[in-house]
Amino acid sequence: MSIPDRLSGNEAVAHAMRQINPGVFAAFPITPSTEIPQYFAQFVADGLVDTEYVPVESEHSSMSTCMGAQAAGVRAITATSSAGLAFMYEVLYVVASARLPVTLACVNRTLTGPININNDHSDSMGARDAGWIQIYAENNQEAYDNYLQAMRIAETPDVRLPIMICQDGFITSHAVENILLEEDAAVKAFVGEYKPENFLLKHENPLAVGPYDTCPYCMEHKVQLAEAMKHARRAVLDVAADFEKTFGRKYGFFEEYRMEDAEVALVLIGSTAGTAKACVETLRAQGVKAGLIKLRVFRPFPAQELAAALSHVKVVAVMDKSEGYSACGGPLYAETLSACYDLPVRPTMINVVYGLAGRDCAVEDIERVYRHLLHIQETGVTGEKYIHMGQRSNAQEVL
Amino acid sequence: MNQNMIEIRWHGRGGQGAKTACLLLADAAFASGKYVQGFPEYGPERMGAPITAYNRISSVPCTIHSNIYKPQYVVVVDESLLSSVDVTAGLDPAGAIVINSAKPAEELRPLLKDYAGRVYTLDARRISEACLGGYFPNTPMLAAIVQVSGVLEPARFMADMQESFQHKFATKPQVIEGNMNCLTQAMEEVQSA
Repeated sequence: MSIPDRLSGNEAVAHAMRQINPGVFAAFPITPSTEIPQYFAQFVADGLVDTEYVPVESEHSSMSTCMGAQAAGVRAITATSSAGLAFMYEVLYVVASARLPVTLACVNRTLTGPININNDHSDSMGARDAGWIQIYAENNQEAYDNYLQAMRIAETPDVRLPIMICQDGFITSHAVENILLEEDAAVKAFVGEYKPENFLLKHENPLAVGPYDTCPYCMEHKVQLAEAMKHARRAVLDVAADFEKTFGRKYGFFEEYRMEDAEVALVLIGSTAGTAKACVETLRAQGVKAGLIKLRVFRPFPAQELAAALSHVKVVAVMDKSEGYSACGGPLYAETLSACYDLPVRPTMINVVYGLAGRDCAVEDIERVYRHLLHIQETGVTGEKYIHMGQRSNAQEVL
Repeated sequence: MNQNMIEIRWHGRGGQGAKTACLLLADAAFASGKYVQGFPEYGPERMGAPITAYNRISSVPCTIHSNIYKPQYVVVVDESLLSSVDVTAGLDPAGAIVINSAKPAEELRPLLKDYAGRVYTLDARRISEACLGGYFPNTPMLAAIVQVSGVLEPARFMADMQESFQHKFATKPQVIEGNMNCLTQAMEEVQSA
């Protein structure tokens, strides 16, 4: 039976970690990290887990510790945000290439420059090419549920990739909301034991992990990683199906909200989806055929499925909560645009960059985007395709 | 907008416990079977800096994840904010504002721009110092907003808070009674103009 509770997103994820009881938690528990390592340290101190809690001196070391621990044959986890994730970048790639299914709870906070720790997706988007699976949450429930699914996806034998479970900093991480928790025993049964086929000190087959990879082999290993990411597509859906069977909550690559006959639609990631749903309801009541796609899985990117879901839509705004500084749009826009290229009839598509460094996004802001899409549909004039929403000066607002 | 939902905005200074009061209200509303949100908005994290916190309390689930711009109720935990923060911005005239102050509400009204709704004050300092022996304004202000807004049934609220304090202060039970007295006095004393 599910247990109704009210928790912050940080507490929810820490709770999932306690239930899973991993072998090692390596943490650098200061800002820009969140309360997740702090809550977990309390569980360790209270004897509720038998995890080896390793307080290290930097995020580079926390990810390195995770790598060593996972290679030794146990589940290794960490949590970080913002510049903390940036400081892990080097090791993120190493962990992925060593095919170690480390789990990272990423509370999305903007990358410093200028100094700021509020929500946007620039931290994890910067790590999108590191060979990690990335799953995002709209609310605390999804952050918890995604975390429960993470290890089974990551540890799937033909996947064996590290996984990042992301949620929006402050907006969900520090917000208390209603949540349904699952019983400890049910979680343990669902997640199961970690039984790696090979590990560092396996007596019959000791391993070296992370040695120099020479030219005649290194490309093959990178291609294997690319193949593993393709396999992760199936693993994500398989685990989601079993999760639904076990706990009753449905997940997939993305959630389609009122998309069946939608003529204008948004594609976005994270907590703004909830705000956008409220807006869709208001617009639908006025007869506007508005829809929403909330992307849950960004790596692997569900290109064919997303294109199919958008194929009947007239005008789409892809909303990026990070700046790629590409001069032509954010990362989600680039992926979505590319996914739709092979459609026989493509929707008109624009990019709205919003919510950078904690800039709030209210129902009214979302409505302005939908109105803009309706205007494009009506006039047939697309105008500027790459715009920034929610700036201080109205003169800079295109919408 | 969902008609079953009450939105509350808290204004305080870092260290005064506005965020804690906001989360306690969410706890109490959850215990009453409501759907809740309680979340802070941080600026620079330091003692004394203005902070804002928000509550949504509803009988049906709420998916909105944004700050609150049109609250029914506002709580001001620190009177000195009245001159620097636009505390009544977007505040529903059919709602109310509750200010921690020893002054009568009428005296503060000129600081509230053109706000036409109800104005309440509570001397949270006096109550807190009498009941707790120190300045913890958030507990009395929590009781005041429950009383003024009617968002929770008072007897149920008191019972839930008793339980919450027993949990929170498990290692120092001597402060539970003072906190409960704080709540009772605040509910009795909160005054409108």
